[in-house]
Amino acid sequence: MSSRKVVKSVPVMDMTPFVDVTLLILMFFIMATKFKPPEPVPIKTPNSVSSQPMPDNNAVVIGIDKDDKVYFTIQSEKDPQKAWDIIVRASEARGMPVPMELAKKYQSGDVIGFPFSQLQGYLKLPRDQALKAPQPGIPVKDSASSELFYWIGAAKQVFAGETLKYLIKGDNGSKYPAFAAVIDALKRNDEQKYNLVTMPESVPVGTDLYKERLGSERDVRSKKAAGSN
Amino acid sequence: MASVEESPVQGKKGPGVKKAKKLSTRIDMTPFVDVILLLIIFFVFTTTMSSPTTMDLNMPKDTDKKDEETKIKQSGALNILLGKDDALFYYEGELDATASNFKSASFSEIRDVIINKKKDVMSRYVTDPACEAKAIAEKKSIDDACRQKDFFVVIKPTDDATYKNVVDILDEMTINKVARYALVKPFPTELDLVKVSEGAGATAPPATN
Repeated sequence: MSSRKVVKSVPVMDMTPFVDVTLLILMFFIMATKFKPPEPVPIKTPNSVSSQPMPDNNAVVIGIDKDDKVYFTIQSEKDPQKAWDIIVRASEARGMPVPMELAKKYQSGDVIGFPFSQLQGYLKLPRDQALKAPQPGIPVKDSASSELFYWIGAAKQVFAGETLKYLIKGDNGSKYPAFAAVIDALKRNDEQKYNLVTMPESVPVGTDLYKERLGSERDVRSKKAAGSN
Repeated sequence: MASVEESPVQGKKGPGVKKAKKLSTRIDMTPFVDVILLLIIFFVFTTTMSSPTTMDLNMPKDTDKKDEETKIKQSGALNILLGKDDALFYYEGELDATASNFKSASFSEIRDVIINKKKDVMSRYVTDPACEAKAIAEKKSIDDACRQKDFFVVIKPTDDATYKNVVDILDEMTINKVARYALVKPFPTELDLVKVSEGAGATAPPATN
């Protein structure tokens, strides 16, 4: 009937280019991913237009969660001895000393949210349990019994002569009094400069800062153009 | 070498010689692609692209001595009170006896208030050559160091304000390039006004302090 034979083509697609691209994307994501350390307390920080990167060494983080509990974290990956010294000194200053062997169980970046009276018990816990243990928070509310004061004092002593950043990482929902109590503890240690941890946000169009950033970008571009000519 | 020479004999075509079955060199990529796509989806979801940033906050030293306190001109002062549920209240200069200049605003409106007040203060600026010379010597912008030197924003968060409100309003200072601002405790009279304005008049608990 039909004069022409219908050519049956097998629907095979060459997947190779597709696989190439997908592998590249995969590699990109593997490289770009930085796994978050396990956080026993989730803190959702507010946004700001600030563009300074957060330092991750030589810093102490004072966290405030949504229930206004306060946590203390020492970031000293390069020299863990400093973190242990801070624990020992702070607990000594409070009159409830923690021996150095126990303090050595602390790892840089771990969150401490215990009053000194429960600190030993927490450090004695095996690591997998310690990360899951519910934390009552460091007492700060009353400035006379604020234990954060001792933590900051100890950190200041241990990091004397070096730059130490005080990072305040508050949750969106935390109330102002908790933040004021943290500031109060810092002020009593004669510390007036802090950094608030935020997530980046774009600058609203048309504002003064927007114009300034636009202007400085144009300056850089025109300088580059002038350099290339 | 010798063995290579021999091989063509076997490949001779003939009626009785069975053709060696040619195996296809293609591999089915589909399962491979499936797995890779799953991995990509996993990494896309776990990646947090934006790393946290920090913003500077400098607080003044607490002092009991009156003469060490920072003095601000009432004409250039803008007081912002942070209330409950993201509510904002503001007044310019000194609070009237009748509180007629005590106004409420939202976070989207406050930017215009700040910008207008800043413009207003800057328009009243009388050229101060000494200050401008100092600003140039210190490589500061004349706008920040001199023209708006009388402009001062006083931020007063009440106990009901959230941390987010504080950061947002501090951010507003950065956005509008306000050079002088401070976090201050509100006065009792202001707290009362906030309570009244929040419309909690009937259910307001008695003031604790």
